[in-house]
Amino acid sequence: MSGSYLTLITFIPLAGTVLILLLPRQRVELIKRAAALFSLVPLLLAVAMWAEWGQRAAGAYGMRFLERLEWIPSLGISYLMGTDGLSFPLVFLTALLSFVAVMASWGMIKHREKDFFALLLLLETGMMGVFLALDYIVFYVFWELVLVPMYFLIGIWGGPRREYAAIKFFIYTLVGSVIMLIGILALYFGTGAVSFNMMEIASKAGGMLTWRAQLWVFLALFLGFAVKVPVFPFHTWLPDAHVEAPTPISVVLAAILLKMGTYGFFRISYPTLPDAARAFAVMFAALGLINIIYGALTAMAQKDLKKLVAYSSISHMGFVLLGLAAGTHLALAGAMYMNISHGLISGLLFLMVGAIYDRTHTREIPKLSGLYVTVPVIATVLAFGAFANLGLPGLAGFIAEFFVLAGVFPASVTWVALAVLGMLVVAGFNLWMMQRTLMGEKRAEYAELPDATPLELFTYAPVVALIVILGVAPGLLMRFLDGPAADIVLRLGGM
Amino acid sequence: MTLLEKTMAAAALPPALLENIWLVPALPLASWVVITFFNRRLGERAAHVGTAAVLGSLVLAVAAFVGLLRIGHPVSSGGHWLTLGPVELRMGFTVDSLGAVMLLVVSIVSAAVHVYSVGYMHGDRRYQRYFGTLSLFTSAMLALVLADNFLLLLISWEVMGLCSYLLIGHWFEQAWPRMASMKAFMTTRVGDVAMMIGIWLLFTQTGTFNIADITRSAAEGHLGPAVITIAAVLLFAGAVGKSAQFPLHVWLPDAMAGPTPVSALIHAATMVAAGVYLVARSYGIFMHSAEAMLTVAVIGGFTALFAATIATVMTDFKKVLAYSTVSQLGYMMLGLGVGGFVAGVFHLVTHAFFKALLFLTSGSVSHAVGTFEIHEMGGLARKMKVTFWTFLAGAAALAGIPPLAGFWSKDEILLAVFGSGYHVLFWMAVATAFLTAYYMTRLTCLVFLGRPRDRHRYEHAHESPLSMTGPLVVLGALAVVAGLPGSAWMGHWLGHFLDFGHTLPGLSAAGHDAAAHAAHGAAGHGAAALVMPIAIGSAVLGILVGYAVYGLRLVRRESLIRAFRPIYTLFKNKYYVDELYQVVFVRPSVRLAEMCGIFDNRVIDGLVNGVGAVTVETSAAAGEFDNIVIDGAVNGLADGTVAAGRQLRRAHTGQVQSYMVALYAGAAVSLLALLWFLL
Repeated sequence: MSGSYLTLITFIPLAGTVLILLLPRQRVELIKRAAALFSLVPLLLAVAMWAEWGQRAAGAYGMRFLERLEWIPSLGISYLMGTDGLSFPLVFLTALLSFVAVMASWGMIKHREKDFFALLLLLETGMMGVFLALDYIVFYVFWELVLVPMYFLIGIWGGPRREYAAIKFFIYTLVGSVIMLIGILALYFGTGAVSFNMMEIASKAGGMLTWRAQLWVFLALFLGFAVKVPVFPFHTWLPDAHVEAPTPISVVLAAILLKMGTYGFFRISYPTLPDAARAFAVMFAALGLINIIYGALTAMAQKDLKKLVAYSSISHMGFVLLGLAAGTHLALAGAMYMNISHGLISGLLFLMVGAIYDRTHTREIPKLSGLYVTVPVIATVLAFGAFANLGLPGLAGFIAEFFVLAGVFPASVTWVALAVLGMLVVAGFNLWMMQRTLMGEKRAEYAELPDATPLELFTYAPVVALIVILGVAPGLLMRFLDGPAADIVLRLGGM
Repeated sequence: MTLLEKTMAAAALPPALLENIWLVPALPLASWVVITFFNRRLGERAAHVGTAAVLGSLVLAVAAFVGLLRIGHPVSSGGHWLTLGPVELRMGFTVDSLGAVMLLVVSIVSAAVHVYSVGYMHGDRRYQRYFGTLSLFTSAMLALVLADNFLLLLISWEVMGLCSYLLIGHWFEQAWPRMASMKAFMTTRVGDVAMMIGIWLLFTQTGTFNIADITRSAAEGHLGPAVITIAAVLLFAGAVGKSAQFPLHVWLPDAMAGPTPVSALIHAATMVAAGVYLVARSYGIFMHSAEAMLTVAVIGGFTALFAATIATVMTDFKKVLAYSTVSQLGYMMLGLGVGGFVAGVFHLVTHAFFKALLFLTSGSVSHAVGTFEIHEMGGLARKMKVTFWTFLAGAAALAGIPPLAGFWSKDEILLAVFGSGYHVLFWMAVATAFLTAYYMTRLTCLVFLGRPRDRHRYEHAHESPLSMTGPLVVLGALAVVAGLPGSAWMGHWLGHFLDFGHTLPGLSAAGHDAAAHAAHGAAGHGAAALVMPIAIGSAVLGILVGYAVYGLRLVRRESLIRAFRPIYTLFKNKYYVDELYQVVFVRPSVRLAEMCGIFDNRVIDGLVNGVGAVTVETSAAAGEFDNIVIDGAVNGLADGTVAAGRQLRRAHTGQVQSYMVALYAGAAVSLLALLWFLL
């Protein structure tokens, strides 16, 4: 089976969806187990790929595990899947957090379990496909495929304003992706309408598109990706979607969906249109800094714990944009590192917020107090997440921020100085949040809350462990990112 | 095993240990892991785990010290850590004379505090958490003094900050610890980010984080003078935060909200000294910039005097000691800043012992009388003999009474300042020495001498148990003798041991001489003959004035306060720095955050919803068209999608479809336009 890893890892969750749809609605336990199994297998496959990585020589386009199948030869569309150091960590993250999300759903989803788990697995297939597809049409199909289950997952299992949030999410990202489609089609026609192969288009676009066309196409792609990241001012769907989404979906949303946007910059925008990327560097930096500072300040103003975490995601994604703007090796590698570290950290934070909400039925910060006393384990893990979030050295988030800014430094000291201000605000709102929720006297109404269950601990454990491991031994991840970062630097003209 | 074999094995041990020096911080780290994961099962035995680990580190630290003495050169260990494009990063430890001295200081004070805490924290509701965090802290501090690169240094630095935060907030049910913990982390974070910028600057210039390599670059002139100055000042900003120097000193007095042994270990003896240590460790960078050195000296000198004035009016036992700590850390900075490398490090060492001792005695006193308010104490010398005599040793050492520990190191600093030729700084340092002696005398009189002012508390007072007095006696002895290795009586042995060749490889001989001259040479023995009487004189004068007011009551305290009302009010309110920061930084930040929140909610999201509403109106027409014409045509095929359609419709009455139609139609038009105009 080693021949078709990528097809398997992408479509096994879909097989799970089909199987679950065939199971009787009442067999809830069976459905849960099936979902766990069908999300565990991709994780095991990802581990196997990791183990095999060194033995596989990089094939065409520097990709490993390549699979190619002609689909519509007349239009140059083929089922082309492959992975490299840029996408594989994201594939791994997707496999891990999808499994974590399924396990977290076991105890949290109390109605229409069959539909829920079927959609969650479908979502996993979509996300895997986005990171693995190397053909624009296949990529776009997966990109849109993600949208549909997400819409229903928020719209059906969400909070009180779920319909508003779901529609907002759907329309926002659809507008973005349609504009992106325009960009993709322009690239296709602009390079002679012979192939939708990402790599081939990337090698031709610079030479065949006029300068103005490059700028416009870059902008179109940018809008599509920017909505997903999300980049200010296209970000307001995110807090709403997060607040209304059920916990496991928030986890997937923050940890993986946002990364589709940044992945697009790394995989498509930058390598395909490097000159335009350089021309827009200052815009990237400005937007990145706005994300960092404005996101952090807005997070500080939130009374809802989940919104606070959502805005903090916006802030952290700003570091990715800033790293892209600088375009140095360290900054790019750090930005890719941020993709993964933020995925783990925000995922953990959403799990903890969900665990607290499950017990107290509130996310209002002013209504919470003394959680260190009432639920010490949950509170401690939340504190761990908050410190990881504020970039405590020794944890994954620090490595990302540190190397992004170390790489931005030669490009612009001003950007570094501003980003550092944002870091202070990030520290401020995380500490303030802990001060108000975890510390203090316990409240009478929450005096007798059950602490973390073994199942919950089982879901947190791998995420916590990875946050520590990636903070102490960054080489494990950097060895994947090093090559792609070097490639982009080369594309940008060795800045 | 024969005696010969044993001796040979012992001789082989030091190099092996020095190459595996990671064991020293690893022991407490392991203790932290054990205590964290076996929290409930361990119960009060957590204290034993933590204490055993730190005692193990102490033994290893002593062995390392002896080993280094025997080998006579620094030993590095470590290996490859990370490859980033052209950059190869190593992670490792170096044991040199500065590191070995720090290892000893940290593990001795930490061991004393661990033993003391067994009794002091007995019955605390978060006993295990306390000892776990103490272990993690010790591990981080030990790693910090061994780190051979700025990255590992930064990691240990911040982990210590985390532990400090957790321990200040140990009793988080109360408001004061809650606020103080956050204030401590935030304030030091301000310095830390500046320090990070400094590290990035050095990294950009040299391509490495290794401290010895960067020092060498600086010595060989590969770094421009502006780069060195800016980088050094930025690094110093980190030290200002950690070592509570003006203007980032505000967190340390509040950090007294934590348990007292924590104040002794973290907020007096070790962590706050990390800033001083950082300057000493990167001395090879600092000394190539006169501007940076002067900055260190001025900030240090100012902080020393500034904090000493506040210490004279505080009425909380621990706050007096806290401001005293800020002041003494300033003293160390001043020493380093004027070129007195040995003097600064020397004072760091002696201060660690006697200040930890003083804090632990304050804990012993409050254990007995249940308060830290010194106006409710008095006469306790009669009831707490061990506590009193050890306190007296510490106070005299701090005041600079010969031949106690503080006298020698303070004298070295004064000598260095005098030799530097900055007269203002010298007289500020002398004034600080006077004030220090004064406020320590005041403290001694109010707490231990005279009549008890609170009968009830006095009646209940009792000497503390052996687990608390034992560490006091050990530290008391150190407060008496710890200055000798650096004193003239032992031929300035410490100074020779800390010799630059050991600590700062790559320094030019000229730099070496300049710094050595500042400490001992240039002004020669004539200066020493002048400075020592001034140092002793100011200390004695301080004691006399203090004793006259608080011991003999020649002047009534109230009339003194009345006479100096404006100054007294200024000192009492700590120069209103907290209030200033509240107005200038805290409140505007919170206000700005609130404005951003409102802006995001009303303006940006309002815009989005507005666009949405307009689109709904316009797409209604498209929807009609879609319903009647297109849906009509595909009705036959639609049955299969009814299920999905029903759910969609329930979610939002079919508007999604009309959006999509409109969107894709628009997209097609845009694409055509784009291709037409641009290709």
